[in-house]
Amino acid sequence: MRIAISVILFIILGPLIGGLLSGLDRVITAKMQGRVGPPLLQPFYDVSKLLKKETLLVNKTQDFYVFAFLVLIIFTGCLFFAGEDLLLVVFALTLASVLLVLAAFSTSSPYSHMGAERELIQMMSYEPMVIIMTVGVYMVTKNFYISKIVAFDKPLIMYLPGVFLGFLYVLTIKFRKSPFDLSMSHHAHQEIVRGITTEFTGKKLAMIEIAHWYENVFLLGFIYLFFANNPVIGIIATLAAFFLEIFIDNSSARVKWEFAMVSSWVVAISLGMVNIAVLYFIG
Amino acid sequence: MSSLSRSPWVLHYDASSCNGCDIEVLACLTPMYDAEQLGVINTGNPKHADIFVITGSVNEQNKDVIKNLYNQMPDPKVVVAVGICAATGGIFKDCYNVMGGVDQILPVDVYVPGCAARPEAIMEGIAKAAEILEEKYRHMKEDK
Repeated sequence: MRIAISVILFIILGPLIGGLLSGLDRVITAKMQGRVGPPLLQPFYDVSKLLKKETLLVNKTQDFYVFAFLVLIIFTGCLFFAGEDLLLVVFALTLASVLLVLAAFSTSSPYSHMGAERELIQMMSYEPMVIIMTVGVYMVTKNFYISKIVAFDKPLIMYLPGVFLGFLYVLTIKFRKSPFDLSMSHHAHQEIVRGITTEFTGKKLAMIEIAHWYENVFLLGFIYLFFANNPVIGIIATLAAFFLEIFIDNSSARVKWEFAMVSSWVVAISLGMVNIAVLYFIG
Repeated sequence: MSSLSRSPWVLHYDASSCNGCDIEVLACLTPMYDAEQLGVINTGNPKHADIFVITGSVNEQNKDVIKNLYNQMPDPKVVVAVGICAATGGIFKDCYNVMGGVDQILPVDVYVPGCAARPEAIMEGIAKAAEILEEKYRHMKEDK
């Protein structure tokens, strides 16, 4: 029963919170750049407009892939908030990302292909750190179930500060924030940095945007996991992490893909692996 | 006012413009004028765009490019001709390669006059175009 309620709450509230956070992001970004900025509800206007627009399909497989991408992202979030297996959440998330890449590859536009390749590079960059995070959490709590991890009596951040920092680093990639917004930038809407969405119009583009909202919500949930024994501190830390990402987004320039990949691997090894090694020898 | 007029995404194409109007179009996006307060996003992709902003006159070489971009935009869509060259051909009207204004090849909805058009005028033109977008959507729904 508890599981059913949290899943339904996630499906309903997920896009609302995700959209509001995205609107807040745009307002804060505008203020940081000395602009008036769009209204808070701008992301909802955008998506509702996209739903009204004509949808031009390049082929039918593209249609299927985008739909499957949205469904799998929602499925991943449901698993997370139902307190299921953390490993399963990570793998479902990867599968969802692969479907988006396939959707972009299914068209013949070179920009779309370029975007899909950049998305693959981004996945290669963040995936090791995500796995290390899962391993670290297991080593501390001796459990993969999120419901048990949340119930752990001490904050995970005490044992996993390195893993947390490393995860925060790759979260920038997942949030599609500068300096790592290589394939689907929030700011630039030109050819290559918005490459992966080149061939999507109308409802399909709206689906990608909604999936991104859902994704942001449960990614912030991962931050919460590190502070889960105290809900108040957990929520404050989650919001702090989100605003830190906005700050990084606005104060850094986009890097080349080589730097994105090498630096995230270096961070994963130096912070994540070392943290785990220390835990192994001490604990 | 519905979501269509609150979120006009703009595709800007520089036909054979002298760059004067292009600079003014880009000036609209700066913190000084901040077109994003109207929900405007400057996209580089015709498939995401609602409003097609063209600066400069149409000539024999770019007429196919303009038609191609226009045809790739999903309905409803609005065309805004920015500057006197895009409206009539301007001082280039009598050149041997110039066909004239954008309305020679596309149905233009909003003309923004000026040489170069001022950012305030361009912003007003975009706001008008957003209203027309709404109207076109209503017609689109009625036709269905």
